[in-house]
Amino acid sequence: MLDFVQQLVSGVALGCVYGLIALGFVLVYKATEVVNFAQGDLMMLGGFFAFTFIGMMGLNYWIGFAGAVAAMALFGMLAERVVVRPILGYPQFSIIMATIGLGYFLRSVAGMIWGTDDFKIDTPFSQGVLRIGSLVLAYDKLSVIAATIILCALLYLFFNKTTLGTAMRASSENMLAAYYMGIPVKRVVSIVWAISAAVATCAGVLLAPITFIHSNVGLVLGLKAFPAAVLGGFGSIPGAVVGGVLIGVIESMAGFYLPEGWKDVAPYIVLLAVLLLKPEGLFGLHVRKKV
Amino acid sequence: MRFLFKTDYEDDIKLFPHSGYVVSYGLLIALLLIAPYVLSSYLMSQLVFVCIYATVGVALLILTGFTGQASLGHAAFLAIGAYTAAYLQKYNVPFPVYFLAAGLLTGIVGAMVGFPALRLQGIYLVIATISFAFIVEEILARWESVTNGNEGMRIKTLSLLGVAVPRDSPTFYFLCLAVLVLTIVGTLNLLRSPTGRAFVAIRDSETAARSMGVNVALYKVKSFAISAAITGFAGVLFAHKLSFISPEMFTLQLSIEFIIVILIGGTFSLHGAVLGAIFIVMIDPFLTYLKDDMPGIIAGVAATFGAGTEAAGNIQSKVAAFASLNGLKGAIYGIIIVLFVLFEPLGLYGRWLKIKLFFQLFPLYKRATFKRQKIYVKSERNR
Repeated sequence: MLDFVQQLVSGVALGCVYGLIALGFVLVYKATEVVNFAQGDLMMLGGFFAFTFIGMMGLNYWIGFAGAVAAMALFGMLAERVVVRPILGYPQFSIIMATIGLGYFLRSVAGMIWGTDDFKIDTPFSQGVLRIGSLVLAYDKLSVIAATIILCALLYLFFNKTTLGTAMRASSENMLAAYYMGIPVKRVVSIVWAISAAVATCAGVLLAPITFIHSNVGLVLGLKAFPAAVLGGFGSIPGAVVGGVLIGVIESMAGFYLPEGWKDVAPYIVLLAVLLLKPEGLFGLHVRKKV
Repeated sequence: MRFLFKTDYEDDIKLFPHSGYVVSYGLLIALLLIAPYVLSSYLMSQLVFVCIYATVGVALLILTGFTGQASLGHAAFLAIGAYTAAYLQKYNVPFPVYFLAAGLLTGIVGAMVGFPALRLQGIYLVIATISFAFIVEEILARWESVTNGNEGMRIKTLSLLGVAVPRDSPTFYFLCLAVLVLTIVGTLNLLRSPTGRAFVAIRDSETAARSMGVNVALYKVKSFAISAAITGFAGVLFAHKLSFISPEMFTLQLSIEFIIVILIGGTFSLHGAVLGAIFIVMIDPFLTYLKDDMPGIIAGVAATFGAGTEAAGNIQSKVAAFASLNGLKGAIYGIIIVLFVLFEPLGLYGRWLKIKLFFQLFPLYKRATFKRQKIYVKSERNR
């Protein structure tokens, strides 16, 4: 039983990481219907920025964290301006390919700048564990869970309660109509890319003590976070986190209870099964086209 | 400019609309046939890879370009073809039999993937094919009694009707070329048949196709099966060319490479698959060439423009250091993809058509002829 709970908690922590990255996917998708395959690489870049600020320049953890988030928000806007805006409105396939290309580019450039070693950031949560009875919980994992819950709640409120959030949802439905209604669609898209890069940076920094930062981390985790976003139904913020947690729990349970090899494929098998039963994901909206 | 006068349907669907086609393709075939006696063995080896990649490109075009179903799982189909060949070869099955068996098995697997894919659209289909590819990769690594796991499998020299065909012989190149040409001709015939027209109808609008009486489900599964089967054939040749296969060769990276083949070549015509394959395969030798010769060239240019010997040497070493950076290839790859999507969405073949039209219409060419329509009312979600 204790093993089970221990696995469950570490699965949830891992899942929250996937959920955080998936949140970035969902944000961009929700506001622009663009699927950003470079999301994992934005996370990797955020982690490297934080490493540069904290590990190399020796800034305070929180200042470095904030600096990395701000720098990445600007970078997200830049990426949107250069890569995505010229092809907004073209078929989704083109945009997917463009972001895959962006991902390649970021990965290689990060490899050139920071090398191919693993990096670690010292955080206030790196050491220490919380003991509840005989259950042992590491602070770094708890910090990820807490941050995910906070970010998810904030973003949910942002999208559903604020004017800017409503504008984002409107421009995702129909950019032209939103533009006629006086919504500055270009600026909205730019802002949503900044937010999603900032969320990705949070994921990268929180992840640094658990998985370390290296130039391929974005690809590896991005490929796990992507099923998470799909499982939750692309375009649903709580869905992304639930999907992420599900994937994380399945992965850690499969790693513990099933023979070797199942750990990596179990999430994908579950994903395929869910897509077969509910093609629009768990929380997705199913809308019929009117002819 | 030549105007074709078509009087009936037969004229419209001709494979060679006028004699110019026969001459130019005849010349191309003649050049390809004498290539092994002219080119170096390294270039020949690259040319074999071009043939294999182009075959996969054609397969992917049937599915993605003409039926409109994106797939990031074609490396898995290639793997199934390659492993079938390797497994059957162990039991001394002759080449023609395992070649056909690999295509058949991959086609069946493709149809099996096609059925669940019927309900999926756009991004959900992409992730489903990625998942399928991951699962296949893991099965290949774990099913050790058949696939030999991560150790990989060795493939013996191809023997065709009792004659050994080494992987770097001209005969092997002719075999790959023949498979490519047969695939292209077969696909062209498929596309001008009712099946091909149904594919294109599904790509353009599923709802419209259904209301015209096209059995959407049937044709989607057919498209998946045909595309997978062709990829399976290519997989057999791929296995023979490499003479060693292991699961880590057939990763998502390879699937992305195949998508890049058709993206760079152009997704609307079979020419695109071949042009894209040439681009992807030849970029490696080209980058190596740049790495070796570029520093010298740039230093030479700098010297001509008045830089001193010392400065020129300095520049040379700096450029050399830059060119030998580790991730440079990936970065160039990424930039190429982004630039193609942004500035040349119709691919290399589209560029060729534009240049051709420019000269045909000489003073009257308009840029807007090839302009794509932007759609700001999003339809992907409410399809």
